[in-house]
Amino acid sequence: MGDHQCPKLAVWKFASCDGCQLSLLDCEDELLALAGEVSIAHFPEASRAMAPPPYDLSLVEGSITTARDAERIHEVRKHSKTLVTIGACATAGGIQALRNYRDVKEFTSIVYARPDYIDTLATSTAIADHVPVDMELRGCPIDKHQLLELISAVINGRQPNIATHSVCVECKLRGTVCVMVAHGQPCLGPVTQAGCGAICPGCDRGCYGCFGPQDTPNTDSLGKVWLQADRQPDELRRVFHNFNAAAEPFSEAGSKYGQDDHS
Amino acid sequence: MQDRANHRFVVTRHDFSMLLATLRERGYLLLGPTLRDQAIVYDEINGAEDLPAGWTDEQEAGQYKVKRRDDNALFAYNVGPHSWKKFLQLPSLTLWKAQKTDNGFKVEERDEATPRMAFIGVRPCELRAIAVQDQVLTGGDHIDPDYARRRKHAFIVTVQCTQAGNTCFCVSMGTGPRAEEGFDLAVTEIIDTHRHEFVIEAGTDTGAEILARVPHRSASEADWQNAQSATQRTAEQMGRQIETSGIRELLYRNAEHPRWDEVADRCLACTNCTMVCPTCFCTAVEDVTDLAGQTAERIQRWDSCFNSRYSYIHGGIVRPSTRSRYRQWLTHKLAYWHDQFGSSGCVGCGRCISWCPAGIDITEEVAAIRANDGGGMEQGRKTNE
Ligand code: SF4
Ligand code: SF4
Ligand code: SF4
Ligand code: SF4
Repeated sequence: MGDHQCPKLAVWKFASCDGCQLSLLDCEDELLALAGEVSIAHFPEASRAMAPPPYDLSLVEGSITTARDAERIHEVRKHSKTLVTIGACATAGGIQALRNYRDVKEFTSIVYARPDYIDTLATSTAIADHVPVDMELRGCPIDKHQLLELISAVINGRQPNIATHSVCVECKLRGTVCVMVAHGQPCLGPVTQAGCGAICPGCDRGCYGCFGPQDTPNTDSLGKVWLQADRQPDELRRVFHNFNAAAEPFSEAGSKYGQDDHS
Repeated sequence: MQDRANHRFVVTRHDFSMLLATLRERGYLLLGPTLRDQAIVYDEINGAEDLPAGWTDEQEAGQYKVKRRDDNALFAYNVGPHSWKKFLQLPSLTLWKAQKTDNGFKVEERDEATPRMAFIGVRPCELRAIAVQDQVLTGGDHIDPDYARRRKHAFIVTVQCTQAGNTCFCVSMGTGPRAEEGFDLAVTEIIDTHRHEFVIEAGTDTGAEILARVPHRSASEADWQNAQSATQRTAEQMGRQIETSGIRELLYRNAEHPRWDEVADRCLACTNCTMVCPTCFCTAVEDVTDLAGQTAERIQRWDSCFNSRYSYIHGGIVRPSTRSRYRQWLTHKLAYWHDQFGSSGCVGCGRCISWCPAGIDITEEVAAIRANDGGGMEQGRKTNE
């Protein structure tokens, strides 16, 4: 395929740690094939070459935490045919959305020597709260197989296979012994969306919920199961208010088990 | 096989190892119970040395624990997280693969080499579950060729149950704890302070032929009685039960029972019950391509009626609520499976009870509906809510 026909890929960064973008570079074996199929038009993390808009596929990492970014995302949207959000920050506001439960001025005064240099919004919000999003990839960080699946679906004009069911499905497909039932370990798998391949239960620890809520999350029932297993309400608040603290089902669930002000 | 009484033998613990070795020599891949990650799972084994000697399990709703016994019994436990379905109806399977060509595409030849598998330690309830899957996947007009191929050469060593777990209810379902047919060999383990031996019955000629290669003696009337009473005792120890009389009609007339709302409050829609169930057979099909668009693949993998997209048909999801999904699952298992396949879809193995993180118990749900038959349905809800 000649370079001129290749779809133009752009990667954008908002408030984030860069881990999700790096998943793209982490594709090692597939990276050459990818470079042959898309032209990387804008990816500052990987290359200084910048091609002008429009872009066929934009991958957006990070959440909106500044007034400037709240404007910039509209520019990105305008220049992108397909816009895909990647990672917990872009899809749910990320770990930095913990500020949504507190007074951000208090944070800046503790953390920075000159808080008056800091110009930030009171909340961290998902990209979809600002512009229409075509597809999303969950995870903190995203899973590279899902990323490749999504890119190859977009290039080939088909639906990507991105499940919205629980982690338990993947856990059982790989034959893992349930850590909650057999080892008495707390696990968020039943309320969390699949996509990681159930890595944590596979390493004998409960799921941390980094892919956010599955499509029918019964957080109340799981909370009761944890409490019956002698877990403390505060622990439940902290596990729900984590990477996906601002994803609605997790946000509501966490708030039921206590106030973040006292953390 | 005719004249079964002449095909009953006793094999010592030592020679039982030889039986497995003989199967291996004959080219069978040995699959059986083994201890891993604090559970008795089914996996490839090398021989009797990999069996969970001296281990048992304790089960309750939402709980499973392995425990040491004070003897070295090989089969003194019940069923664990895996079932034989993982070897017969694979969790994930490529149905076909195609390469792009200049004028279309070419479907690749499939490697249809199938291992000859020997299943060691199939419980009576599981044997029935395999028969149920046979009916579903090969009993109609559209045969699942992959399942049929794997199933065809499977050699089955059943182990009769000499103890019942807390979540077992095979007696209610008429599936255990002693199997009468469907096996190549059926083993009853006899262990006490004086002896450790196996009363073995051959159910097929292949079974008899394998057994003939292993040192054995003919079972006496006393040996046979011993084996029978061991499973009779098990039948009296059932951890759970379901009243099955008129169960189909009971469930049909209680489609709007308030109990479905109560169970939906607890149900996590996590799918564990269906994944561990030895008869649940539903799959999803996914099409994938490589980046270059040169190869396409169609993959079939286990799916579950507890997933919302499972009921997606053009325009929307038919069962959006967990209430409708749980009701679909239980009613299918116990009621319209009879209409569809001529048997119950539940064999009473108890896995869905033990492995449900929320501890939801199918026997308790049925009992609650029966206790309040027709109760509280006057509100007249819409079926899919
Ligand atoms: S370990 Fe966690 S993810 Fe796996 S089946 Fe159990 S609850 Fe689900
Ligand atoms: S429904 Fe439950 S008890 Fe019945 S066969 Fe399936 S897993 Fe076993
Ligand atoms: S349900 Fe019956 S046949 Fe199955 S493991 Fe329990 S006792 Fe054995
Ligand atoms: S019944 Fe239990 S195992 Fe089944 S989907 Fe509901 S919570 Fe999960």
